[in-house]
Amino acid sequence: MSTKVATAAPSREFDNVVHPLRRPGRWVSTVVILFLLVAFVQAIATNKNIDFPTIGEFMFHERILSGVRLTLIITVISMAAAAILAVIIASMRMSGNPVLVAVAAIYVWAFRGTPLLVQIVIWGYFGLIFDKITVGIPFTDIVFWQADTNTLLTALVAGIIALTLNEAAYSSEIVRSGMLSVDEGQREAAASLGMSPRYCFMRILLPQAMRVIIPPMGNQLISMIKNTSLLSLIAVLELYTQATQISAQNLRQVELLIVVSIWYLAIVSVLSVPQHYLERYFGRGSTKNQPQTLMEKAREYTGAIQVQRAHKRKRKGN
Amino acid sequence: MGDQVLNQVLDDTSLVRLRGVRKRFGPLEVLKGIDMDVREGEVTCLLGPSGSGKSTLLRCINHLESINGGKIYVDGELVGYREKNGELYEMHPRAVAKQRRKIGMVFQRFNLFPHKTSIENIMEAPVGVARRSRSDVRREAFELLEKVGLSEWANHYPAQLSGGQQQRIAIARALAMKPKIMLFDEPTSALDPELVGDVLEVMRDLAQAGTTMVVVTHEIGFARSAADTVVFMDDGVVVESGSPGDVFDHPQNDRTRGFLDSVL
Repeated sequence: MSTKVATAAPSREFDNVVHPLRRPGRWVSTVVILFLLVAFVQAIATNKNIDFPTIGEFMFHERILSGVRLTLIITVISMAAAAILAVIIASMRMSGNPVLVAVAAIYVWAFRGTPLLVQIVIWGYFGLIFDKITVGIPFTDIVFWQADTNTLLTALVAGIIALTLNEAAYSSEIVRSGMLSVDEGQREAAASLGMSPRYCFMRILLPQAMRVIIPPMGNQLISMIKNTSLLSLIAVLELYTQATQISAQNLRQVELLIVVSIWYLAIVSVLSVPQHYLERYFGRGSTKNQPQTLMEKAREYTGAIQVQRAHKRKRKGN
Repeated sequence: MGDQVLNQVLDDTSLVRLRGVRKRFGPLEVLKGIDMDVREGEVTCLLGPSGSGKSTLLRCINHLESINGGKIYVDGELVGYREKNGELYEMHPRAVAKQRRKIGMVFQRFNLFPHKTSIENIMEAPVGVARRSRSDVRREAFELLEKVGLSEWANHYPAQLSGGQQQRIAIARALAMKPKIMLFDEPTSALDPELVGDVLEVMRDLAQAGTTMVVVTHEIGFARSAADTVVFMDDGVVVESGSPGDVFDHPQNDRTRGFLDSVL
């Protein structure tokens, strides 16, 4: 296919041999940064207040690993639920139905306008506000189903609900801005082909909006991962809670905070990889050439280095 | 009423009937009572200076714009409204969508779906909206690609195509719904001059094959050779209409004459 032709590396045989610009600033800054780095490492490594064996001991400790697992579970569930809710709220906001528009606007206003921490605690104490959860007909005695709030709404469930609802408020605005970025002509073209507004939304507008939505959503995902640590306030046994409970016993606060930080960094790094591929998928058709995968980028980079070396050899040979 | 008198005067068997169509944008009246008929198999070209309302008129025919007065019938059906006991009722968007399946449209800016390849652009509506079998639609889509001379570009995205190629894909996409009528809104105005010919050639083929078309255009040459009827509009009214020979060679109205002098 000719797309392949377009991406194939062209021959560099007849390229000009150009002496690259000297950049002394780079060398100076490299030396300065290296010096600072060595000083920092030395300050940490020779610090008597940090017990490195403790970090090693707890890095893969059973309780830490179970905390990591729960943090991941909470993040994935909340983020997925929030994304779906965000699309619903955004489409309500843009529906043109005045009631739905108002509901969506008030929702976003309320959940963005109060601190996440407060929302988490409110959900954690939900049983104090409503001691029973009832499904029935309001203002009558008819009850179909009833349960005790505290058995139904465990700390974990309360935490997931709090994170989801808060995240949905932010994400709905991201989805809305993504939808607004799609050209009006797309809606008209879809309409002229007999597509209903809903079909147009799902098949034409949303997939195009995704290209704009994914990068800020990646940001939100990273926030979400770190915000799960706030659930320690309502005693959800996620990563940070586990670490604080361990350090309450062994008084190794700093070491466990380092363990926790390393784990959060690791989780964030791993979850950035799917974002790259999502961007690539939803970016299809947006440029003349398909965006490269990470591997393709790496290959092209090493290819360029090889060409430079070949040039050098040629010059030396002459 | 006046409408009824008009109905009797004008041809009732036409595929598209416009009766006293009025359209306002805020305080600005852009269509001031348009009567027009398009018979099956005929090509009608709408000409006129910019701002004369010809694009708006075209967009009213498939209800992309709602009208403020008058009535539009396509294939015997009132567009955008239900009529009951002499009263007009707004149609549900889904019902409007169903009406639009009969009316293909080609836009000045192509408006292809950028996240879909050429073939996917063509197949989307017949498969997803008209619920026809994917394999049948696929076969027809390739026939359409051949018709517009782009068989080799089936798997390219719009961004990989030239403007002229994109517009031909857009024509194929509209034809894939097997519409009763095709509307063209300045289909060559956004194209580089050397790409205009390919698009006009496709349109000429369609006209010769008996497709009913309404074309807003500045291409006088195309109008002269392909149109059965030329309608000259200015300032929201039809100034003059007739066969290309009559309108171009013996314009009756000063405004038509002035416009033709300025473009020819």
